[in-house]
Amino acid sequence: MSDIVIPPGLVLIVGAFALPFVSLRLRNVLLLGLPLVALALVWMVPDGEALRLSWFGYELTPVRGDALARVFGTVFALMVFGGGLYSLNQPRTLELTSAYAYAGSALGVVFAGDLLSVFVFWELMALASTMVIWSAGREAWGPGIRYAIIHLLGGVILMAGVAGQIWTTGDIGFHAMATDGWPRWLILAGFLINAGAPPLQAWLPDAYPAASWSGMVFLSAFTTKTAVYVLMRGFPGAEILLWVGLFMACYGIVFAILENDMRRILAYSIINQVGFMVTGIGIGTELALNGAAAHAFAHIIYKALLLMSAGSVLYMTGKSKCTDLGGLFRTMPVTTVCGTIGALAISAFPLTSGFVSKSMINSAAGEEHLAVVWFVLAAATAGVFLHAGIKFPWFVFFQKDSGMRPPDPPANMRWAMYLLSAICIGLGVFPQPLYAILPYPVDYEPYTGSHVVQQLQLLLFSGLAFFLLLNALKRTRTITLDVDWLWRGLAPGPAVRLARWVSAWRAVALERLGGSLTFVVGSLRRHHGPEGIVGGTWPTGVMAFWTTVLLAGLLVVYYI
Amino acid sequence: MTPEQDHWLVRPASIRKLWAGFIVVLALTVLADLFVEHHPHFGIDGTFGFGAWYGFISCVAMVFFSKGLGLLLKRRDDYYE
Repeated sequence: MSDIVIPPGLVLIVGAFALPFVSLRLRNVLLLGLPLVALALVWMVPDGEALRLSWFGYELTPVRGDALARVFGTVFALMVFGGGLYSLNQPRTLELTSAYAYAGSALGVVFAGDLLSVFVFWELMALASTMVIWSAGREAWGPGIRYAIIHLLGGVILMAGVAGQIWTTGDIGFHAMATDGWPRWLILAGFLINAGAPPLQAWLPDAYPAASWSGMVFLSAFTTKTAVYVLMRGFPGAEILLWVGLFMACYGIVFAILENDMRRILAYSIINQVGFMVTGIGIGTELALNGAAAHAFAHIIYKALLLMSAGSVLYMTGKSKCTDLGGLFRTMPVTTVCGTIGALAISAFPLTSGFVSKSMINSAAGEEHLAVVWFVLAAATAGVFLHAGIKFPWFVFFQKDSGMRPPDPPANMRWAMYLLSAICIGLGVFPQPLYAILPYPVDYEPYTGSHVVQQLQLLLFSGLAFFLLLNALKRTRTITLDVDWLWRGLAPGPAVRLARWVSAWRAVALERLGGSLTFVVGSLRRHHGPEGIVGGTWPTGVMAFWTTVLLAGLLVVYYI
Repeated sequence: MTPEQDHWLVRPASIRKLWAGFIVVLALTVLADLFVEHHPHFGIDGTFGFGAWYGFISCVAMVFFSKGLGLLLKRRDDYYE
């Protein structure tokens, strides 16, 4: 084996910038080939510090390999392949360049062995993902700028924490940290902002659904799951994560129940799912951490599948609101079936990937006798089926007949959905390959009679509640105010008034200043204006005369 | 087009059959509790049909909580425009 280590993310970042300059055919070859190369490189990174770099006196470790990094690296590379396949017919290469650079930066974070490298890739992710959103067109400008502001704010908080950590401890390494001292709290806060944690969670359902039909597939995978990764690496067992995670799990359900836009429903459900992972990290036992990593793996695949299904509907109909959709199962059978497989997987139905991963987190809560955590997670498990598992397929593909009869999307989009559906069911039936690459040894059997029966009861009776309460769940043309109201609803009014006030005072001040300036300007104008003695044009002869005088003077001075 | 001519899945007769099938499946999953051994961590999670009643009640509670919150926070979807 060679000693040369190529950072897996670098291939995607460099390759991304080649995409705009090659023919369409080569672009598509790169879109499918780059992630496979990255996947191979993920598995070629040796354990331990694989690449070191000196930079202004700091010993950086841009590439460090271990089992945890490999789990996330593997699913990130798989995800880019699936997303690339789905996006082959995306005409905007800017979006694909941004998406691949974004995914490469996420891989960069996963393999970074020191806090400065983490920060650099963290910021690259923020920039590239903003470009993914903006690629969707003019409508995406506002949500994109709000997204960028929140993430740059998160970056500043993270940087302050990293600087504090290096200043107070001299330790630049990225490893498990205790939640003591302000630098660690700032680092934790920076990580949590990207995870979609309160109080700034509203950035996610605001920005992601503004992306294009393919853009949101990429966005759903990397930012929040990279945050899950850094939390697992940096703060395993931090108790605050238990409560943050439980809040996220419940928040996602409540807001998704009220939502009308299918992609915003799925955006809220990302927060719900990340909540399960964050809770698992808070529990902090080996079973819980394995569960959080496995759930991140499974989640990336089924959430991308759900968003591919929703993206196909948006691509074919141009519509995204449940009130405009319905009855599409008649002419979009592939999209319906694949979307339903994704919905069953996110609901953790037995024989799907969600079941073999989520049940580890729930079991870990039980084994630690964390009663509140266990009961809230059980309720949230039932709630996932309610808000995403049934709600998404029901309102998009069934319910009323919208009258639309669009066909299934083009072949590459269908194949991407087949591929991810196969992974969802494959891992559910045969979880051993996933269990084998988890960070800790797995001694866990998901398919016990007790687990399966209790899970089926939770889910099917959640389904019963859905259909009995269908009237209460009927969609309306509404949105639900969230904390982003502070900067979208409340702040703009006073900000506009402030701007008017400032400009009014500016006018008054300028007028007064103008009076005293008139004199100065007037005298300047007398001397330097067009009629002024200094401002006028001089004949060349005068110039030649004075040059001669100067040179003669110089000659005289020289002889003296 | 009358409902009878539409796709079989949306005909009232099929929907009645689907409901009947669903109720049978629900009953079976509860009855399955008689045949599996649970290892409750907290006591109450080992009661008969725990998943069924807990799942149902928590979903109903979440729906009504959401509706209540919606009264306060719902706005027309052009609110920010």
